[in-house]
Amino acid sequence: MSSRDLVLARVRRALADVPRTERPSEAPVDRGYLRAHGDRTTAQTVDLLAENLADYRAIVHRTDPKGLPGLMARLLDGRGATSVVLPPGLPAEWLSAVDAQRVERIADTEELTPHDLDAVSSVVTGCAVAVAETGTVVLDAGPDQGRRRITLVPDHHICVIRVPEQVVDSVPQALERLAPGRPLTWISGPSATSDIELDRVEGVHGPRTLEVVLVES
Amino acid sequence: MTGTYLGMPAFPVAAATSTRNTQLRANLRHATHTIRAKRAKAVAELADWGELRAAGAAIKDRTLRHLDHYLEQLESAVTAAGGQVHWAADADEANRIVTELVRATGEREVVKVKSMATQEIGLNDALAEAGIRAYETDLAELIVQLGDDLPSHILVPAIHRNRTEIRDIFTDQMARWGRPAPEGLTDAPADLAEAARLHLREKFLNAKVGISGANFMVAETGTLVVVESEGNGRMCLTLPETLISVVGIEKVVPTWQDLEVFLQLLPRSSTAERMNPYTSTWTGTTDGDGPRAFHLVLLDNGRTDTLADTVGRQALRCIRCSACLNVCPVYERAGGHAYGSAYPGPIGAILTPQLRGTQSELDASLPYASSLCGACYEVCPVAIDIPEILVHLRERVVEGGPVSVRGTRTVIKPAKGHAAERAAMRAARWAFDHPGVLRAGQRLAARTRRFHPSRLPGPGRAWTDTRELPEVPAESFRDWWRRTRGDEGETSGTKGRKTT
Repeated sequence: MSSRDLVLARVRRALADVPRTERPSEAPVDRGYLRAHGDRTTAQTVDLLAENLADYRAIVHRTDPKGLPGLMARLLDGRGATSVVLPPGLPAEWLSAVDAQRVERIADTEELTPHDLDAVSSVVTGCAVAVAETGTVVLDAGPDQGRRRITLVPDHHICVIRVPEQVVDSVPQALERLAPGRPLTWISGPSATSDIELDRVEGVHGPRTLEVVLVES
Repeated sequence: MTGTYLGMPAFPVAAATSTRNTQLRANLRHATHTIRAKRAKAVAELADWGELRAAGAAIKDRTLRHLDHYLEQLESAVTAAGGQVHWAADADEANRIVTELVRATGEREVVKVKSMATQEIGLNDALAEAGIRAYETDLAELIVQLGDDLPSHILVPAIHRNRTEIRDIFTDQMARWGRPAPEGLTDAPADLAEAARLHLREKFLNAKVGISGANFMVAETGTLVVVESEGNGRMCLTLPETLISVVGIEKVVPTWQDLEVFLQLLPRSSTAERMNPYTSTWTGTTDGDGPRAFHLVLLDNGRTDTLADTVGRQALRCIRCSACLNVCPVYERAGGHAYGSAYPGPIGAILTPQLRGTQSELDASLPYASSLCGACYEVCPVAIDIPEILVHLRERVVEGGPVSVRGTRTVIKPAKGHAAERAAMRAARWAFDHPGVLRAGQRLAARTRRFHPSRLPGPGRAWTDTRELPEVPAESFRDWWRRTRGDEGETSGTKGRKTT
C-alpha cells in the first residue's frame, strides 16, 4: 500500500461517524460575517487606506497623474538612489522626470540574479489591489509589478496605487478581485518582526522602506 | 538545532524547575502581557468577530469531516499547477522524503522558513545526519538555533529570551554559522533585527533549496499560503530553485473564498495586527518567477488518530496563532519548554497527547497542565473548546479506553500512577449510589472533624501539596434540611407537599 493510500484509508476510518451520504457542501458554514466594516464614501475609504498604511510605517504620498513623474524623481533623489529596477509593463511616464544619468534603470529580466538585485537601490511597481481596512497592497506579478523577487531584495520599494479604482474596503473584497493562480504578495508596511519580546520592530529582510503613492485620477 | 524534546520529564517536574527561574518568569510575563492588550484591541476593531470565529470553526469542521475528499482535490490541483505531491504517514517518512529531495538537488545547505510541522518531525536533525545544513531564517528560530536551544512558543520561539540574552547569543554564536555579529552590537531590538538581516542575507542570495510549511492550502485551486512578518518567508519561497513545503494534512481549506475568514482571524489573533507585513500565496510553479520545482509533502504523523476522536478532533482546527499561549496563566508561569513538544501551551496540552498518544509519562501529564480557567477557549479564533478536550483526555489517561494508534483502533490501558484516583472515584460513585452509606459517612466525618489533618497522608499527599483539604462542616446539608424543615422537605422538590 502506498503512503497515499495508507493516509487516505486512515482518514476514512477515522471518519466512521460521518454519514457516507453526507456531501461536503452539506456541512454547514454560516457566512453571516460582514463583507466590509463600516459605511464609508469612496474618499473616506481612500483616506482610511492612507491612514492604515501610515500606521504600519509605510510612507504615504498623494498626487495626481500630472504630479507623479516629479514626485518619483524627488523620492528616488531623496533616497540617493543610484539604480532602480522596473517591471516590464510599468508606464514609461511614471519615471519620465528621473535623470537617467544619475539613476540607472534596470529591467526585470530572468538574467537578473538575487546578487544583482541586492546591489540595486530601489524598485518601483504598481499593484493589483489595495485593502483600506488593513492597510495592505497586493501584488499579483502583473506587468506593472514584475516578478516577486524585485520587490523583495532591494531595500526601498515605491508602490503606486491608482485611487480609487484599485482600492477595496476589506479582505473579502480583495480576494474576489484576485486570481488564485497568480503568485500573490500581500504587503502591509515594511518588513517587521515581533520576535523580540513580542513588540513590533520594523526592518528585517524585506524592504525596510516602503513608500506608497496614491495617484488620484 | 541539536536540541530535542525526547526524554523530557513530565510537566509537573519540568514546571517545578522552570517556575523557579525568575528571569524566565519575567521575560514571559512581559511578552505575554504586551500582546494580550494589543490582541484585544485588534479584535475589537471588527464588529463581526463572533461571526468570523464561528465561520472559521465551521469551515475547518467541514474540511475535517470530508478530509479525504479535500486532500484528493488538493493533490490534483497542485499537480495540475506543476507541483509534485508526496505523502508521509509519519515523521520518519517525511524526513526521508525531504532528505532525498534535497540530495537529488546536489545541495548541502537549505534555508528554512519557520514551520511547526518540520519542528514537530525534527527535520533539522534528520537533515544534519544526512550531512545537510538547515539554516533557520525566522528571527526567533535563528535565536533558538544559534543558542542551541528549543522553541518555547508557537509564534515567537525565543519568547523566553529577553533582548540582552539575544544580544549575547548573537555576539557569541553568529560567527560559527556565517557572518559574525556587528562590532559593539547593542540590545536595541532594531539593532538586533539589523544583525539578523546582515547575517542571513548571504544565505538567502545563495540559497538553492528552500523548505517551508504553510498556514493554509486551498483544495479547489492548489494554492499554498504563508503568513509572515520579516520577509524571510518571501526569501525562502521565491529565491531558491527548489521549494519543499511540509504541511500537516489538516491545513487544507476547501475554497479560495474561505481565505477571507482566516486572513482576518489569524493576524489579529497572533501578532495583534490588522494584517501581518507579508502574506505569500503560490500555486504550483510559475514560469520565470520563483522556484522551478515545487514539492508538497503532506504529513499525517498522528493527525488521523486525532481525527478519529470525535471530541478531540476539533484540535485539528488550530491555525497556530498562539493566542491561547499568550493568555494562559499556566504557560505564563511554566514556560514553553515544560510542555516537551513543538506545541506548548493550552493547544499543546491537547494536541501533543493526541498526536503522540498518552503512553509516555510526559504526554499523560499534559492534559493536567491547566487550571481549566477557559481563557484559551475565549480567545481561540476557531473556537476550539480546549477545556472540554483537556477533561476528555484526563478521562482517557485515568480510565484508558478505545483510541486510534497509527490508524488502527485499539484499547489502551489506564495510565500508571492514577490508581488512587480511580479507587477514590469508584468509592465515590458507590457512596453516591447508596444514600444510607453517604449519610453515615458524612456524619462520621462531621463528628471527627477536629481530628482531620490539613494534608493527606500516603498517595494523597501530592494532591494536598498544592491544595487545602476542604473543611468538613459540623452538619451535612441533608441533615440540616431534615432538622430545620422536618420530613416535609424530603420530597417537596419533586412531588410537592406530602398530604399525609
